[in-house]
Formats: sequence, structure tokens, C-alpha cells
Amino acid sequence: MEERRLGGWLFVLPAALFIFAFTNLPLLATAVTSLYAAPIAGHGGGFVGLRNYLDLLADPGFRQSLVNNLLYAAVTVPAAMVLALAMALGVNAAIPGRAFLRLSFFLPTMLPMIAVGAIWLFFYTPQYGLVDRLTRLIGMGQINWLGDPSTALPAMMAVAIWKEAGFFMIFYLAALQNISPQLREAASLEGASRQYFFRRVTLPLLGPTTLFVAVTATISAFCVVDHVVEMTQGGPDNATSLLLYYVYDTGFRYWNVNSAAAATIVLVLILAALAATLFGLVGRRVHYR
Amino acid sequence: MPEIRRRTLIGSTAALLAAPAIVRAAEVKELSFFYPVTVSAPMATIIEGYCRQYAKETGVTVKAAYAGTYPDALSKAVTAIRGGGGPQFSVMLTSDIHTLQALDLIVPLEEIGLDKAAETWLASFWPAFMFNTRIGGKTWSVPFQRSTEIMLYNKAAFTKAGLDPERYPTDWKAQGEAARKLTNRKGSPQTWGIQMAADITSGHWTFGALTAGNNQPLMNNAGTKVFFDVPKTIETLDYWVSLSKTYQATPSGVTYWSTLVNNFLRGETAIIMTSSGNLAYVTQNAKFPFDAALPAGNPTPRTVVGGGNVYIFKHASKPEQQAALRFAQWLTTPERAADWSIRTGYIAVTKTAFDTPAMKAYIAKHPVAARPKSFLPVAWGELSTYQDARIQTLIENHIDAALAGKATPEAAMQAAQKEAEAILRPYQHL
Repeated sequence: MEERRLGGWLFVLPAALFIFAFTNLPLLATAVTSLYAAPIAGHGGGFVGLRNYLDLLADPGFRQSLVNNLLYAAVTVPAAMVLALAMALGVNAAIPGRAFLRLSFFLPTMLPMIAVGAIWLFFYTPQYGLVDRLTRLIGMGQINWLGDPSTALPAMMAVAIWKEAGFFMIFYLAALQNISPQLREAASLEGASRQYFFRRVTLPLLGPTTLFVAVTATISAFCVVDHVVEMTQGGPDNATSLLLYYVYDTGFRYWNVNSAAAATIVLVLILAALAATLFGLVGRRVHYR
Repeated sequence: MPEIRRRTLIGSTAALLAAPAIVRAAEVKELSFFYPVTVSAPMATIIEGYCRQYAKETGVTVKAAYAGTYPDALSKAVTAIRGGGGPQFSVMLTSDIHTLQALDLIVPLEEIGLDKAAETWLASFWPAFMFNTRIGGKTWSVPFQRSTEIMLYNKAAFTKAGLDPERYPTDWKAQGEAARKLTNRKGSPQTWGIQMAADITSGHWTFGALTAGNNQPLMNNAGTKVFFDVPKTIETLDYWVSLSKTYQATPSGVTYWSTLVNNFLRGETAIIMTSSGNLAYVTQNAKFPFDAALPAGNPTPRTVVGGGNVYIFKHASKPEQQAALRFAQWLTTPERAADWSIRTGYIAVTKTAFDTPAMKAYIAKHPVAARPKSFLPVAWGELSTYQDARIQTLIENHIDAALAGKATPEAAMQAAQKEAEAILRPYQHL
């Protein structure tokens, strides 16, 4: 018994070492860094306790990034998931051109986010951008989507939904194809309507996929900011600044590594809390076969 | 071993014959150099060509590494140096000078050692390019790829609107009125009179040129104080806002830098404020007559300079620093400064470069290329302070709030001043 346990530990050891070296250790180092202040031109510095965190709370830029990011996640995650499910249901049916549709829906996923940002920057350009032309066709005036603080964040959300939905569609599609056709046959024998079947059979069976997609989408809502770098640099008036972008700016443009470390810890705590909630509360209600 | 020694000997003898002055620092055989690529010219090819030629002339190999954008170059250099390696010198933003000082990374040229010839060389640069360069009596970098804010205007549109295409308006009101006449929002084609960039990373440059036109600097030379909430700065932002609100000659909200040149070339915007670095591209692609002018002032037109300088790092050894300085000197000799200017669109950094046959021939062919040079006597330095990226971003956010109508110019600039003062407080007693 003892020997078996030792063997098990040995098997886990390489992976554990890597996780420790590349995940746990940096996190620990970040936490320690966040408790110190950087010397300014050779003056000051040293241990400051939680002051970096208090400074963050007092910084309107950080507060807005936090609010922006929560809003961004609250909109993009459900929207991308609903759209993904709808697309998966659509291309799961036997319709002509199915392969082409699947490819079209998946295409945005294959583009790097930085390329997506560059493309959408032109879509949103006033005057000759695609979006402006479409809105003009339906008689709306010129809208400077990325140039107005009130429309910039929604515009960025649309980019994220467009980019992510195709990826999540793949998971839903795989899950849908795993649902046994016998269930549908049985349901139709019993006279169940399509809506009833979807609500009582399909959706519960998609539970584990939905949980997985929800967690992945939430993480990406907090961890993918390439389009912000490419399109708006957090502007105008901080309207599109997301948490990770704030961390990047603070650390690598403003060289305040300690404050960036504190913001990173806040970000990690938010993600951990969200993941725990999703796995803990929602996970209990998920139907696993 | 004998092989290597002989080769070194041949190399240095040749170098000694070619350029005896340079060889004095020739114990250093290899240097590492970072540069960003910032304009749509084959900069990497040009720089590698220079390095090959320099190696041939002096036997010193300069390993030039492309480092991305300006912020990339800064962060890569800082990270590499903190990791114990890194280049001995690099091209970085001129306005980063105070940030580099605070990071304790750079060394002034005077401390590396300047002889008589080097002093003469330093005096040959355009004074405007020494604005964010000479601080506290010391020279902290070497002007290299430099530009200035200019107005580009569509002469055909001027004629069509009944304006004199040979005379760009010189005061704010005339510029606003002209822009109003150039605007057509009904029918087709729809045009805007004027567009200036206010997005993050470019807004402060535009604003700096505008406040310079109002005879109001945005910061002190030491980079420890900003003048955001003074009446003349607020008045300047008022004017910018009025271009959309009063004159209705520019779109409301924030215009992005990346759209300007395209809008201009498509004839959708008659006047844009842009970098002189775009002149070559516009010259090649414009299908209508155009010219470059100073931004209108209140009442005297002025502008600001921008671009990148060569900084030499403190962590390098003394001989390495001397060797880097020699390379920088070699890069800015009149012939090379002229060549660099012609091939990239940057302004040649020394006055003497404009006397070279190559430059004279180029200007004879493209007269508009001589315009930015003529603006330099009235050009100031751009916004540059300690924590410059942070200060620039914060004023841009407040400018954008005012342009979008979320805040009055006065409230926006007062908030910017307050935030900037808090950031600059630790630097008051350096």
C-alpha cells in the first residue's frame, strides 16, 4: 500500500513540479511584490503592506476598469453562449450547405485576436467603415462607435461575441451529436413537443458542456485584451479599459510593477471566486451521465 | 588562435587607415542596438545596411535588433537590462527621457566624454530637436528619427470652397471658418472640414501642438510640473471642442490617428493634423494637389516636435558607451542624415544635412519635403514629464471626455491637473 502511494506521487511529480514552478511560484512572487513599493529615482520603496491595494481602490482608472470588465463579462458570456447554442442547433440539423455554415461560424475563432482587432477597427471607422455604411442604409446617422465613450464598450463587446461564439459552438455541436437519437424517438412516441424536448431533454444533457463553456468564456472575458491593445488602448475616457489591460499599462507602460502586481492579485481573486461559484453552485445542479 | 589574431590585425589596420578617429575606441568589437519600426518604410533593411557599412569602415559590428513599436522597444530594453544583459544603446521616444532618468538607465553624453569635434557635431542639430533632449545643461540622447506635427490640406477642396489654396489660415478663427466652409454633410460626397486625432497615445501630441499655438507649454523643462488647468490650456481645449460644436466641421467624439491619412487621401476630410513622417506616403498616393502648413495659432502658429532619439545606457562599460556614441555620430553625419530622411520620411536632424547634394536634389523634386524643416524654428518640445506614458494617457482620457461632451473643457482639465499632480508629487524633490 505504502509503495503504491509512493509510486503515485512519483507519477504526479513532474507535472506537480511544473505547476509549482510556472503557476504557484509566480503567483506567490506576485503576491509578495504587491506588498512592496518601488523606489522612485532611488528614493523610498520597501514594505508597504496593503497600501498598493488601497491606492488601487482610490484610482478612478482601476475602478472603471473593474466595472467595465464586470459589465463586459456579464454581457459577452451569456450572449456568446446563447449564440453558440443557437448556431450549434442550426448546423446540427440536416440542412444543405451544413459544412459550409459550420466553417463560416467557426472562422472568427481561427483568426488571432490581434487580427480581429485590426479588422473591426476598420469596420467601425466612421464614414467608410462597414458598420457605418450599414447603419446609413437603414437611415441612421453617423455613429462614431469607438470615438464615443458611451458606445465604445458595447462595440468591443460585439467583437468579443463575434470572436468567441464560434468556438463555443464546437463544444455544443459535439455535445448535441452525443445525444442518443433514441431519446428523440422515444419523446416523439410519447407526443412531446419540440420545445418540451429541448427544455426537458436536450438542455439538461448539455449541462456539463454549458458549465465548461461558461467557465471558459468567463475566463476569456477577463484574460483576453488583445483587441483593446489593437483598437482603443483603453480609451476614450477609459471606456474600454479592462482589468488585464490596466495591469499591462501599469506594469509595462508606467513601470509601476508593484501596483500592477496588486491589480493582478485582484484579478486572480475575482477569477477564483467566479470559478468557485460556477463549479460549486451551478455544478451541483448539472446532470452528469 | 593565430588565425583569429591575424584577421583582427588586418581588420583593425584597414579601419585605422579608413577612419583613425573611430578606432581609438576599437577595443570594443561588438555592440548591441535596439530600434523600433515606426513608419511604412523598409527601416530594417536600411538600418542593417548602415550596420554593414559601419562594420566595413571601422571593424565594429553593431548588432541591430528590431524591437517592435516605441513602447515595445522601451519595455524590451528595460526588461533585458534588469535581467543583467541588454543592448548598450537604443532608439526610444524622445518624450521618454524623464522616465528613463527615473529608471536610472541612461547616461548623458557629457559623462561619456565629448571632444571639440563632438561639441561642434552637437551644435549642428536643429535646436527644436534638443527640446526633450537637453535637460539640466546635459544632453541625454542623440536626435535621430524626428518629426513634427503638420497640417495637410487639400488644395482642390480649398479652391472649390472659395478659399485661397496658397494660404493656409494662420489663426484659430480663420481655421475654424475655413473648416466650416470645407464641410459638406448633405448630398454626396459627404466631407468633413478638419480632423485631428484624440485617441490614446496620439491625443497629447495633437493637444501639445494646439496649446503651443496658444503660446502655452504643457509642462516645465524638468518634467516635474504640468500646466493643464491654466486658462490658456482650457481655452485651447475649448477651441478643439468648438470645431465640432460651433463650427460643425469635424465629427463629434474622438477621431483615431489610424484613420486620418486614409480619410485625407479619399478626399473625405479636407484638413488633417498628422506627422511630417507621413508626407512621403501622402505624396505618393494623393490624387489631388495638397500642401503642408503650420497648425493655426492664437494668434501665432506653432507646432511640436516628436519622434525618437538614440539613448546610451548606463549599464554599458565606458569603452562600450564611447563606441556607441561614435556609432550615433556616424549615423547623423550630413550624408547619412540626408539618406535616412529621404528613405524614411523623417526630418534630417542636422542643418548641414540640407546642404548635401542628395537632399538638395530630393527637395528640388519634392518641394513639400522641405516644409517641415521650415516649421522647426517655431516648434516646441512635446509633452514629456516623469511617468510620461501615464500623464499622457490621463490627459488624453480627459480630452476625450470633453470632446465627447461628457465634461466641460474646464472640468476635464482641472481633473487632469489634479491627477497629474498626485502622480508627479514624488518627483518634486529629486
